[in-house]
Amino acid sequence: MNREDFPMLQKDIIYLDNGATTLKPQSVIDAITDYYTNYSANAHRGDYDISFHVDEMYENTREKVRKFINAKEKEEIIFTSGDTESLNMIARGFFENIIEKDDEILITQSEHASNVLPWFRLSKKYGCKVKYIPLDDSHYVTLENVKKGITPNTRVIALAQITNVIGDIRPIKEICTYAHEHNIFVVVDGAQSVAHKKTDVQDLGADFLTFSAHKMCGPTGVGVLYGRKEFLEQLEPINLGGGMNESFDSVDEVYLKELPTRLEAGTPNIAGVIGLGAAIDYLNKIGMDKIREYEQNLRKYLVDKLLTIPHIDIINLESDSGIVAFNVEGIFSQDVAYYLNKYNVCIRAGNHCAKILKKEVGVTNTCRVSLYFYNNEEEVDALVELLKDKEKIWKEML
Amino acid sequence: MDENIRRELIMEHYQNPRNKGKEIDETYQKVNTNNASCIDNLDIYVKVEDKKIKDIAFDGEACAISTASCSMMITNLIGKTIQEAYEYIENFERMVEEKPYDENILESALAFNEIYKQNNRKNCALLPYKGIRQILDQLKEDI
Repeated sequence: MNREDFPMLQKDIIYLDNGATTLKPQSVIDAITDYYTNYSANAHRGDYDISFHVDEMYENTREKVRKFINAKEKEEIIFTSGDTESLNMIARGFFENIIEKDDEILITQSEHASNVLPWFRLSKKYGCKVKYIPLDDSHYVTLENVKKGITPNTRVIALAQITNVIGDIRPIKEICTYAHEHNIFVVVDGAQSVAHKKTDVQDLGADFLTFSAHKMCGPTGVGVLYGRKEFLEQLEPINLGGGMNESFDSVDEVYLKELPTRLEAGTPNIAGVIGLGAAIDYLNKIGMDKIREYEQNLRKYLVDKLLTIPHIDIINLESDSGIVAFNVEGIFSQDVAYYLNKYNVCIRAGNHCAKILKKEVGVTNTCRVSLYFYNNEEEVDALVELLKDKEKIWKEML
Repeated sequence: MDENIRRELIMEHYQNPRNKGKEIDETYQKVNTNNASCIDNLDIYVKVEDKKIKDIAFDGEACAISTASCSMMITNLIGKTIQEAYEYIENFERMVEEKPYDENILESALAFNEIYKQNNRKNCALLPYKGIRQILDQLKEDI
């Protein structure tokens, strides 16, 4: 649906790599161009009209984000360069200061690199341990298994709400409730979920939630760090500099601003933030529930068709998001992707930055199709038609 | 090279790669070679005696182009002196990079003489050469 809003869809391509990044609607492109064309000034300087307008647009977006994920306060929304920076800020700025040697960090083997490596570094530096929640037969996280992974030393659970290869939706609310009963923090990586289903951080009970604008129809280079205010107050800024300080005279006399500015040093990605605001307006106009339902139906349509092809092996049959991971029997995933590229079909091949997942699934590389609301049945039909004929793939993959 | 022959050669080496998964012993030197931008990942093992390449084997996961390129490279390099091997490698790299090269010494690897037309696959063809270069450079230092 809404295909006419996307200039990229006027080109002759079938774009099925939305887990990597999404296409941008004209309204987002226009909002960014409008800033650069009509009121290109810095933020936080309201001495003249256009700068005042920048401030308004920038802070309005913060409010839009707050509403979009139902955070309690505007100050709980920090703009970052993306999901990766948000997660690194949490690990370094918050947990570095409180983690102790025997503490345990609980993640899973299906996390994206950005929710693994910051914890690895913490472990290396402070001797705390990174442990894995056992996954069930479908590679899912269940509350039961979370309970099994928890010990008296567990300090934090860091999980994607939806994983980028398996596409399973984790029971975050139940996990948060249980974790909090045991004084454990919960960090939620929302990179693959915020764009695809309604998010309510208060209902979920997450202590931190991170996501990127570019995976939700917004521009690249901008993301969000949500944290409960009491925790953000304790988060030490990684970057120090302009905009975030109140005053400074000497080493001992540095006074920082309040949240959220304290955590946004330097000139922010103003155009990016304004673009994110436009993306949220756009998604709201369609409706997150409608997006979710449409995606689920389209996934079912795709999976049902793939199941009729004997040489296709679906890795995440049970999942309920727009992500379908599969392999063509006997053909390396990258060769399949190259073959589809010849017909302007864009899918992703590889390990999708989840490099420890192979221990769990037993498959190193897969083809991944990740759908979004602007994909349609005709595109799925075209993909399935191309995958149906193994001889043809074999013949044309070089 | 004729397109059909080219294709047949590549597919033949992809389906029956020379010395893939062959058992090796401690007389082989190992190197891992992979492409940052994709998922090809090969281990290459080389055995050198009297400045001559006695044997090469490989293992790993890679696409058809990388696998076939590695298999052909192995077939063509076994028996060559290190000096000859460098010459061969250089010529292959020149061919892929669209620079003048000597057709006469590349043998089956000429099957990749038009790979330059597919920019995203050039690195696949070059991957095994990146690995073998690393081993030979090491050996040169040792000698």
